[in-house]
Amino acid sequence: MIRLHDVSKEYPRSGVALSGVTFEVRKGEFVFLTGPSGSGKSTILKFLYMDDKPTTGKVWVNGVSSDTARGREISQLRRRIGIVFQDFRLLEDRTAEANVRFALEVTGAPNSSIPPKVNRVLTQVGLASKATSYPRELSGGEQQRVAIARALINDPFVLIADEPTGNLDERATRGVFQLLRDVNAAGTAVVMATHDLDLVRRSSYRTIELNHGRLVFDSADAGRQRPPGGSEMEVKEELPPEGGGY
Amino acid sequence: MLAAREALTASRRAPLLSVLSVVTIAFSLFAFGLFGLAAINIREALEQVEERVEVRGFVAQGTDIESVAAAIKDVGEFPEVARVNYVSEEQALQRARREMGEFADVFESGVLPASIEVNLRQGMRTPDNVSSVATRMRTYQFIDDVRYGEEWVEKLYRLRNIATVAGIALGLAFAAVAVIIIGATIRMAVLARAEEISIMRLVGATDMFIRLPFLLDGVVKGTLGGLLALLFIWLAHRTVNEYFLKTVFFDRELVFLGIVGGAVLGVLGSLVSVGRHLRRI
Repeated sequence: MIRLHDVSKEYPRSGVALSGVTFEVRKGEFVFLTGPSGSGKSTILKFLYMDDKPTTGKVWVNGVSSDTARGREISQLRRRIGIVFQDFRLLEDRTAEANVRFALEVTGAPNSSIPPKVNRVLTQVGLASKATSYPRELSGGEQQRVAIARALINDPFVLIADEPTGNLDERATRGVFQLLRDVNAAGTAVVMATHDLDLVRRSSYRTIELNHGRLVFDSADAGRQRPPGGSEMEVKEELPPEGGGY
Repeated sequence: MLAAREALTASRRAPLLSVLSVVTIAFSLFAFGLFGLAAINIREALEQVEERVEVRGFVAQGTDIESVAAAIKDVGEFPEVARVNYVSEEQALQRARREMGEFADVFESGVLPASIEVNLRQGMRTPDNVSSVATRMRTYQFIDDVRYGEEWVEKLYRLRNIATVAGIALGLAFAAVAVIIIGATIRMAVLARAEEISIMRLVGATDMFIRLPFLLDGVVKGTLGGLLALLFIWLAHRTVNEYFLKTVFFDRELVFLGIVGGAVLGVLGSLVSVGRHLRRI
C-alpha cells in the first residue's frame, strides 16, 4: 500500500534530509515514526501525501508513484488520504462543522451527500454537540478532533498524522491517541510521527526510528518490540479514553 | 457556484484595490478605444474622400483633339485607372457656373482650360498611386499642369496612421498597467487565503478548482472595466457629435470585442499572478 525504496532527499540549502530509507506500510497497519527534530519524519510524511518528492529513490502510495505523479493524480490521491498536523490547520472563521464540510465542498462532492457525512464523522470523533462552535471556542484536544474528522470525511485508506499530540496536554493526548487507535481498529492505516516516547512505549504498534535522515530501527525487522531509547518493551498497557468525552 | 462565491468574497476583502483594477482596465481600454474610434472615423472620411480622388491634367490651349484622344486611351490603360473623362473648355465653364452660382457671371468662355479627369480604382487610391499617375500624366507635352489633392490626401493618411499607432501604444501601456494592478489584487487575495488554499490542497482540491475563483474574479473585473471604458468612449463620442463634428461609433462587433478585451485583460492579470503566488504557498 505504501512503499519507500532507497529514498533520499537533499535540499539545496539545508543539505541531506533523508538517506537510503526503505520500508513498507501494509493495509490497516499502525506505524509510529519517531526520532529527534530534523531526523526526517516530516519529510517522509510529505512524500506520502506527495507534497514533496525524493531526490533519489521511489515512493509508491496506493499505486501512485512519486516518479510520475502529476497535479490531478496527486489531488485524487489526497482525497483518499487523511492528513493531520500538530497545529490543527483549521479555518478560524468557520465552525467545526464548516471546517469538516470544507474538505468535501472543495473536492466537488454533491451537496446532498455532505450533511450526513459531516454528521457521521463529527459523531465518530465525539464532537456532534459542538458542530456549531468556532475553533477558538474549542480546547486543543477538541480542535484536533475536528481536524481528524476532516481527515476522515473521505474514508481514507491511511491517516497521516504529523505530531498530532504535540500541542496537547496529557489528557487530551490520551483522548486523541485513543481516537487514532479507534480509526485504525476500523481498518484505516495510521502513520504517526511523534516525539512522545511514552506514547510509543505504552503501545504495541510498529515503530520506525529515524536519526539524521537514516532509518535506524524498525520494530517489524527487529522481530520483537523495542521502543526507541534502547530498552525492550515489556509492558503493553491499554490507554483509557479521555474522560468519557465522546 | 462555490468558485463564484469565493470570487465575490475576494473582491469584498480588498474593495479599494478591486475598484482600482476595474478603473485601470477601463482606462486602458478607453485609451485604446478612443484612438481606435478616431482611426475608424478618419478611415470613414478617407473612404469618402477617396471616392472623389481624381487626378486632373489641364490641357494646353490649341492642343489638337487627336493627341488628347490618344492620351486618354493611354491613361485609361494604366492599371490603377478606373475611368478617364475629357472635360472641354465649354463643359468646364458650365460646371463652374453650376457649382458657383452667384459668381456665374464672372466666368467667360475661354477662361477655364480643358482637362482630362482620371478616377482611380477602389483600393488603389493611396497617395503613392495618385502621385504616380500624376507623374506619368505630366510626361505629355500638352498637359500644362496636373492637380490632385496631394496635401490633404497625405495628411489624412498620416493622421489615420498616427491615431492607430497612438491607440495601440497607449492601449498597450495601459493594458500592461492593468495586468500589473489586477496581479496585485489577486496577490492580496491569494495571500489573504493562503491558509485556506493550503488546506484545499491537502484535502485534494485540484489546481484548477483553486484557481477558478481568482480567474472568475479577473473576468468579472475585466468585463466591468470593458463596460466602463465603453461608457467613457460613448460619452466622448456624444460630446464630439454635439459640439464639433458628426462621427460614427463602434459597430456591435467592436463593442463586443471591447468587452471581451476587458475580460481577457482580467484573466491575463489573474493567471500571471495566481500561478506565481500559488507556488509559494
